[in-house]
Amino acid sequence: MELTPTPEQRSFRDEVRAWLRGNMPRQWTARLAASSDVPRAEAYDLLRDWQRRLHAAGFIGLTWPREYGGRGLTFMEEMILAEEMALAKAPPVLNILGIGMAGPTIIAYGTEEQKKRYLPKILSADEIWCQGYSEPNAGSDLASLQTRAVRDGREYVVDGQKVWTSLAHTSDWMMLLARTDPDAPRHKGITYFLLDMHLPGVTVKPLRQITGDAEFNEVFFDGVRVHDSQVLGGVNNGWAVGMTTLMYERLALGFGLQMRLRIALDGLIEMARRAEKAGHAVTKDPVLRQKIAQLWIDTECLKYTGARAITRLLKGEMPGPEASTGKMGWVETHQRLQELAMEIQGPYAQLVKGSDWAVEDGLWQHAFLRSRANSIEGGTTEIQKNIIGERVLGLPKG
Amino acid sequence: MNFGFSEEQELLRATARKFLENECPSSTVRKLMDTPEGTTPEFWAKLAEQGWLGLIFPEAYGGVGLGVVDLVVLMEEMGRVVMPGPYLSTVLLGGLALLEAGSEAQKKQWLPKIAAGETRATLALTEPNARWDAQGVTATAAATGGGAFTLSGTKLFVPDAHVADLLVVAARTGPGAVGAAAGSEDGVSLFLVPRRAPGLEVTLLPTMDQTRKLCEVKLAGVRVPADALLGVAGQGWRPLRRVLERATVALCAEMCGGAQRVLEMTTEYAKIRIAFGKPIGAYQGVKHKAADMLVEVENAKSITYYTAWAVDENAPDATLAVSMAKACVSDAYRRVAGAGIQLHGGIGFTWEHDLHLYFKRAKSSEFTFGDATHHRERVAQLINL
Ligand SMILES: Cc1cc2nc3c(=O)[nH]c(=O)nc-3n(C[C@H](O)[C@H](O)[C@H](O)COP(=O)(O)OP(=O)(O)OC[C@H]3O[C@@H](n4cnc5c(N)ncnc54)[C@H](O)[C@@H]3O)c2cc1C
Repeated sequence: MELTPTPEQRSFRDEVRAWLRGNMPRQWTARLAASSDVPRAEAYDLLRDWQRRLHAAGFIGLTWPREYGGRGLTFMEEMILAEEMALAKAPPVLNILGIGMAGPTIIAYGTEEQKKRYLPKILSADEIWCQGYSEPNAGSDLASLQTRAVRDGREYVVDGQKVWTSLAHTSDWMMLLARTDPDAPRHKGITYFLLDMHLPGVTVKPLRQITGDAEFNEVFFDGVRVHDSQVLGGVNNGWAVGMTTLMYERLALGFGLQMRLRIALDGLIEMARRAEKAGHAVTKDPVLRQKIAQLWIDTECLKYTGARAITRLLKGEMPGPEASTGKMGWVETHQRLQELAMEIQGPYAQLVKGSDWAVEDGLWQHAFLRSRANSIEGGTTEIQKNIIGERVLGLPKG
Repeated sequence: MNFGFSEEQELLRATARKFLENECPSSTVRKLMDTPEGTTPEFWAKLAEQGWLGLIFPEAYGGVGLGVVDLVVLMEEMGRVVMPGPYLSTVLLGGLALLEAGSEAQKKQWLPKIAAGETRATLALTEPNARWDAQGVTATAAATGGGAFTLSGTKLFVPDAHVADLLVVAARTGPGAVGAAAGSEDGVSLFLVPRRAPGLEVTLLPTMDQTRKLCEVKLAGVRVPADALLGVAGQGWRPLRRVLERATVALCAEMCGGAQRVLEMTTEYAKIRIAFGKPIGAYQGVKHKAADMLVEVENAKSITYYTAWAVDENAPDATLAVSMAKACVSDAYRRVAGAGIQLHGGIGFTWEHDLHLYFKRAKSSEFTFGDATHHRERVAQLINL
């Protein structure tokens, strides 16, 4: 066990830290940075610009090959970057689905042309990506998806509907799973397409969420013609390709999640210092102290569990049991954190943005509501537990 | 960064696993826990032979000179079989107290004997007030001239005092000692007292976890000579804290090993026990609980491994890490052991099944060196809440 950083890692950390010190966006006020979840709609332009500047400085796509605009580094540097971004309370990265999911999947399955065409623009935020998996009748049971893609010459004609598609309204491209062989067994007839969201026949209708924002959408396809050069990983091989994406999702988004959790915890502690309960500081309340300390402990545990998973990857080993528990642990901890933020505010927790009495302009209320999605998006907690029970512990299928 | 174990450490794990499966199966554990000693001279001699009684003592004192990370590997294996006997008390409490606070002569005299299995030691720290901080030490050591002291007070929850040859006793040195303000860390002194010293009375207490023997130790004017003092009079708390930190990591590792074994027993059972025509593991009420157990076990291991490294390296956050680990692992082992019984149904509630050994060990470990509530408060203090 050797957790002391190497001189190279130390100098990478210094590089990141120095850059962040000089480049944090000024508009990124304390208000926007105070919590883990920012209403993205308020900040798209700012976040796009932020990603561009991170990219220009060489901090986007650290683990991607150099020839496609990456830096050819390891997950170790990715972890250092996330830690430093958390310390600096840096804004999140806008094209997170492109960087965390579409990109790695294209690296794994794409042709040389596809890699050259799509990867650099993902990094530079010139093309924003969304994920078109879920449908009205296919969520947890994704393999029952019904959106059809029928071959017509060198093109496929897509008809059907996706739902809960985050960022679709601002996206240029979609990772689309569609059925290309309705007669094949469920998992066998699906193809993974790289779909241009600006094609005729694509309609995006925003859906309002419990936060009041509309970050996710319905997406309708009406005779959308996709060129066959935009099939990724082979026709009818979409299930395998799509699952690879999900694996990367858990891994790559993990760093970002860890970072947002840390920022939220620091923000919560700051808020607790200022808040009072029954005439004394919340931080002096014995019960609330216990809860805050527990969150601190859980956040650290998740960090080290992540570090163990990375060690295995760096050694070229298969992911161990610790790799699969990360998302679940994060979800549970983050939701508890947001609940505690409400508890600390007491009756003030009821007030949202728009009142002078609202705590920190109602940002925590937004984050609290948004956190309910954590145990649904990216695979529900129940599905995660099925996966852990069956694939890690070897329990029989239900 | 390398958050894994070395080849040597994996070898130690394999050796310990094989040794303990052969020498300490649950039939043996049950036999030993029924005896007052909790171990046999033969078994103890074998531990010495393996080098485990001196694992973390420097070679100069007859030890193997390994670190806390290595110790963690061994402790996980001991926890896996719920090994009874005075290992924790002798090596990690009495032994480490000698190493941390003792003079060169004291270390030379006793550590090789402990490593060789000839001497057993323990630490008499806690009292009926059940506190783990310096304020809890109220037993007194009155100077009687010429450097001699007389010890008075009652120590409680002292592990394995009844089989120890030596007790390291924490007591407050009387007026005249450096900064002996009542209740503060200053003024706590450590004394090396033979169990047979006149005025020292040990009573073995009946415990829920029969694999962990606890005693009451009465000090009724126990007279000790000048060379019984370990380290500097009034300055015993600092070394003691270092002892407790390392013993706590070791205990956490032992608890992780136990929790891991409960998880394995439970998943194995969930695959073969049939109800309503299916293995119970196919039901989500069972499967999801097992997944929760895995999350608990993995997080407990992560923080324990990190803490072992931090303590070995004297990292700035080592003290914080120890408290994070003990809080996390105390809750995790208790919950995992409880879930283990639940998922076994009636058989899990029988004396015959081994689960209760783990469940009870989880409970005794929870309250050893401070429970989760105690350590969360420590964390709160250390992060300046
Ligand atoms: C904020 C947000 C953003 C999202 N963004 C995207 C996106 O960008 N792209 C995308 O494709 N999707 C996205 N999703 C969709 C998300 O992946 C699905 O909502 C999720 O997979 C669950 O599917 P469902 O909504 O159909 O619920 P259902 O599958 O109908 O589940 C309903 C309930 O039943 C439970 N359940 C279902 N099956 C089982 C089972 N086998 N065992 C036990 N319990 C079960 C579920 O856990 C859940 O509690 C997003 C969702 C949210 C909330």
